[in-house]
Amino acid sequence: MNDVRPRNGASGLRPDLAAIAEMIPGATRVLDIGCGDGALLEHLVRTKAVDGRGLELSQHNVNQCVARGLSVVQGDADTDLSEYPSGVFDIVILSQTIQATRRPLAVLRQLMRIGTRTIVSFPNFGNWRVRLSLLWRGRMPVTKALGHVWYDTPNIHLCTITDFLYLADEAGARIEKAFALNNGRAKAMHPAEWGPNLFAEGAIFLLAKR
Amino acid sequence: MVEAAFPRFLRPLKAPTENLGQVVNFGPERPLILDSGKQLSPLTIAYMTYGTLNPERTNAVLVAHALSGDQFVASTHPVTGKPGWWDLTVGPGKPIDTNRFFVICANVVGGCMGTTGPSEIDPATGEPYGLSFPLVTIRDMVRAQAMLLDALGIDQVLSVLGGSMGGMQVLQWAASYPDRVYSAMPLATAARHSAQNIAFNEVGRQAIMADPDWQAGDYAHSRVNPSKGLAVARMAAHITYLSEAALQRKFGRSLQNRDALSFGFDADFQIESYLRHQGMTFVDRFDANSYLYITRAMDYFDLAADYGGVLAEAFRGTKTRFCLVSFTSDWLFPTNENKRVAHALNAAGANVSFVEIESDRGHDAFLLDEPQLFDTIRGFLGSAASAKGIP
Repeated sequence: MNDVRPRNGASGLRPDLAAIAEMIPGATRVLDIGCGDGALLEHLVRTKAVDGRGLELSQHNVNQCVARGLSVVQGDADTDLSEYPSGVFDIVILSQTIQATRRPLAVLRQLMRIGTRTIVSFPNFGNWRVRLSLLWRGRMPVTKALGHVWYDTPNIHLCTITDFLYLADEAGARIEKAFALNNGRAKAMHPAEWGPNLFAEGAIFLLAKR
Repeated sequence: MVEAAFPRFLRPLKAPTENLGQVVNFGPERPLILDSGKQLSPLTIAYMTYGTLNPERTNAVLVAHALSGDQFVASTHPVTGKPGWWDLTVGPGKPIDTNRFFVICANVVGGCMGTTGPSEIDPATGEPYGLSFPLVTIRDMVRAQAMLLDALGIDQVLSVLGGSMGGMQVLQWAASYPDRVYSAMPLATAARHSAQNIAFNEVGRQAIMADPDWQAGDYAHSRVNPSKGLAVARMAAHITYLSEAALQRKFGRSLQNRDALSFGFDADFQIESYLRHQGMTFVDRFDANSYLYITRAMDYFDLAADYGGVLAEAFRGTKTRFCLVSFTSDWLFPTNENKRVAHALNAAGANVSFVEIESDRGHDAFLLDEPQLFDTIRGFLGSAASAKGIP
């Protein structure tokens, strides 16, 4: 959703997507929710022989994906996930999208139902720049990771890394891996410590059922 | 352009068969078992092919035609002399590339371009079938096409594509013969005919039946055609293939070859003249009874009904790759009907894509020059071909 990030890395993928790609074993069944123009999906299909599907809100993006030969359906994570049968995917990805859903807990529960494992990435609202913006300027933050003004943003349910831990717990998830995203680099983190919640611009979680 | 009444067409009831492409005949030993419980035998299937079947027999692409279509997808029509109905999409270097794929299209059972239908002679009586021809369904059409593939020695097609009623056949193919369909592309279609669509078809049928020349379907004897009825049916149907916006853009209230209203019932408006022309030219190439049978087949189509009312069950366990396409201004087979199919496929865990294309050209958009449709077909077919190892 936040499309302001630079592309880099050998794969040409956005760094958070490249980090996600590295977490995915080859030849698995993957559903990418909010797959955008299909960059991650295409990378997974081409280089990892993944059986990949996508769900994307923007019809324009969907058409682009299908023209690239990807299997993508136009749909809304809030309403359309209930159609998918349980356990059909090895991994379900929700990258930079959970903060734009109307019911994040319900969506997370659906993801865990559909997939054996779930990868969720999101911008960290606990980041010090966000905190400073509110504290010093008294204004809703517009940062690199959150590039929208408050009255015109798809991000209606922002959270901090700590908040997400509570959400994951509520959804019955076990955290298998966690990465902090900073300056386009993903680094393993201990999400329950105070450091990442203050310094990470974003986070990636690999979740399994508890 | 046409002005007054429709002329009565006195013409041979059938175009000579040597023009109708290739033909395969099934004798009494291979009857077509119909959904109605009846059998159709003998059966002739007229079809066209484009491109070359590879030695592995893996590059076949089956195209299913719509209500008023036929097997002349990409070659000059033998009756009208016009280009094939999907000439923009099928051909060398085109989205369905005949340099790469072996494209097959057969005239549907009940049709009037060489495949057995109500205008053909019933060998039991030596007379044209007329209304004694058994009712056929979309599934019967697909069964007949499967017999054709058997005859051609093709186990599995790389893809089956079609729009409108062609799309219904695509869905039926995927449900009835999942192992024979590697990928499927239903365009501008639905898994069931809506009440509104049945209503339009009924108007068309009643127009035909109200024509005195129809003679309860027995017009072949007197060598006349219910041309007026068929033309009105076509005119009414043609409106449903367009959109209000497209009609307004193309015709508005423009007058036809005149500066002022005639204060009569001539075709004052261009749209009237256009529709009359559509009706008139249609009767040259289409049989009225075939129109009754094929519209009925569409009305009867309700794929979910065969699977306990749950559409997803029709596709349970399918390995076929699907790509559905709808058009924003299509009100005959609107996006929500296509989306319903996409949802059912998702629920079945199928590999499915769904594309809605912005166009103001209504239902007919799937036949026209729509670059986004072309990109979608290329992307989908290309990816299916490479997954199947076809160069």
